[in-house]
Amino acid sequence: MKRLDCLKAIYPRLEGCAVVTIMGAVAAELYSLGHRANFFYLEHAMGLASSVGLGIALAQPNRKVVVIDGDGSVLMNLGGLTTLARSRPNNLVHLIFDNETLLSVGGGAPGGYKWFTTATATGTDLAEIARAAGFPRSLMVRELGDFEEAALDAINGDQLSCIVAKVDAEMPKSFLIDVHMLENRFEFPRALQTKGGVI
Amino acid sequence: MPVSVANSQVVYDAMKGVGITLLSALPETWLVHLIRLADEDPTMTLVRLAKEEEGVGVSAGAHFAGAKSAMLLQNHGFLQAINGIVGVSLLYKIPLLMLITDRGSFGEKDPWQTEGGKYTRPVLDALHIAHDDLRRPDEVQPKIAHAMTLAQASLSPVALLLQRDLMWEEPE
Repeated sequence: MKRLDCLKAIYPRLEGCAVVTIMGAVAAELYSLGHRANFFYLEHAMGLASSVGLGIALAQPNRKVVVIDGDGSVLMNLGGLTTLARSRPNNLVHLIFDNETLLSVGGGAPGGYKWFTTATATGTDLAEIARAAGFPRSLMVRELGDFEEAALDAINGDQLSCIVAKVDAEMPKSFLIDVHMLENRFEFPRALQTKGGVI
Repeated sequence: MPVSVANSQVVYDAMKGVGITLLSALPETWLVHLIRLADEDPTMTLVRLAKEEEGVGVSAGAHFAGAKSAMLLQNHGFLQAINGIVGVSLLYKIPLLMLITDRGSFGEKDPWQTEGGKYTRPVLDALHIAHDDLRRPDEVQPKIAHAMTLAQASLSPVALLLQRDLMWEEPE
């Protein structure tokens, strides 16, 4: 399963949502599908994308928040899963692309070669960790159709959800994001706070 | 427990007074009443963190959504949160109000608190984070208001260091 195909499957449904991504391949591929003001790319602070999403979800309970995370980042903030679970915002969906490698920080290479794997390559199951942390809904998917169904169901639903998608450790075609971090930083809250805006 | 209930209330009221609606926290002895007040207040969202760095992300998200927030933490919590402060607040220019109980200064009886306290101010200074002490109840409200104003205007982290004289009642 390819990350880009997963993103394509949910892209139309992200309209009106607050979308927070991690750095690297996830941000670049979402951007490649067409940037929107309601997308925030957290280009550093690995592990904190879900914390940012939690802050949004609690402050705007009527807004759907979609966090698009990765195995490497989540493993840097496993405690954050417990904070999400106990806060239990019913408007937050935590999507985790699990390519079993620290691809975007140098752990991957063209052709899918993994020279720095994460612990998910050796048996760690993030969906089970999220479930055990207290997420009311958490599952792992390996096929595109299953991902699309689970992700759309979660976004349309009313329950804190975690969906771990096993994907290829494939580099994006480009890491280019032609929106400056600060431009992104200011347009994002404007989109979230403007009445009649992206909501 | 000789943590000052009255002064905790003064600090809490000042935070409410500047429009804070979300607090993220990890407990430490001097913070017990502040966290309890937040927990008992139906108009306050209290996020109980597993580790302090998460709170930096939570506050950034709250800011994006238009809410004012603060973090309650201790010296070691601040040191733990440094990567988030640099990689989120400073890098993205996001206001962050931190109320840090300043353990390890004169009068500290707990040996394990004495190291973290030594480095809090030098690290704040190294990151060019504006900071001030809260020592007397009468300075709490104006300093919290000024700290929030500066954080919002400068789009930066600002720290207030809660001192023993304010938070602890037992004569040492």
